[in-house]
Amino acid sequence: MLTLYCPCCGEDVDETDLHAGGEAHLKRFGPGSSDEEFEGYLFMRENPKGVHFERWHHTYGCGKWFLAARCTQTLEVFGTYPAQTLEPPKDIRDKITKKRPGWTWGALS
Amino acid sequence: MSDVISALQGRTAEGVVTIQEMGLCGMITLRGDLADPKIAAICRDLTGHDLPAKGHATTTGETGLAWMSPDEVLILVPYATSEVALSMAQEALKGSHFLAFDVSDARAMFQLTGKYVHEILAKLAPVDLDPAHFPVGRLRRSRLGQVAAAFWKVDQDSFRVVCFRSVADYTFNLLAASAKAGPVDHLNG
Repeated sequence: MLTLYCPCCGEDVDETDLHAGGEAHLKRFGPGSSDEEFEGYLFMRENPKGVHFERWHHTYGCGKWFLAARCTQTLEVFGTYPAQTLEPPKDIRDKITKKRPGWTWGALS
Repeated sequence: MSDVISALQGRTAEGVVTIQEMGLCGMITLRGDLADPKIAAICRDLTGHDLPAKGHATTTGETGLAWMSPDEVLILVPYATSEVALSMAQEALKGSHFLAFDVSDARAMFQLTGKYVHEILAKLAPVDLDPAHFPVGRLRRSRLGQVAAAFWKVDQDSFRVVCFRSVADYTFNLLAASAKAGPVDHLNG
């Protein structure tokens, strides 16, 4: 069972109250982009065994989106943070580095 | 005009915890920037309460305010005054970016009273309802069984539950079944 802290309403929320929204920090490529960029935006996703960054929607609660850093293997949650960010905050990345030295995720590490 | 009736017209189940559908209740959803002093002012005018803190509700009898999300508050007023209250809110907030809507007939409200009320709810919602972590005035939006609901603690022995009208019957039966099954003596000791 996964419990995530919703940074929008400040509650510890069970995963059955949430809806998973897929990979976090996607950059949209729209009109004018190359075929490769567009394909990457539409289809290419990280699928790690380990550190992962995801979008979650607090469906049964405040109805807001937030982002979570967690481990797909152990379900350990490293932290959650607001959706209005372009990359994971430094304190969360530091925490992950401490627990999972040498982790990588896309271009992040 | 047709007579207005609430979803379950005051249906009641007596037990270790009494479940009562509260009949017609005035409810206005107000969305907007809760930091806007105009919103705080109109909420106070309509209910006599200050805006509740995050995750809280303040109510006295039929009137009150419930914090629903960072940009949404539920205004509770007597049913007969909800139309007037709505137009007052719309008048007061003219020019701001907001949404006010009368949801009185789209929701059902329940009053739960009894010593084991925490346990009866805790069986149905993935929420820490230990009285030590869920004091009077605390509100939570979550689910009860299979449906979305908001509930808050009115006093030591009672909660109020709001759900969609279309699932009022399910919610009532669920709460009544939970109450009928009795306490588990875990939270209240």
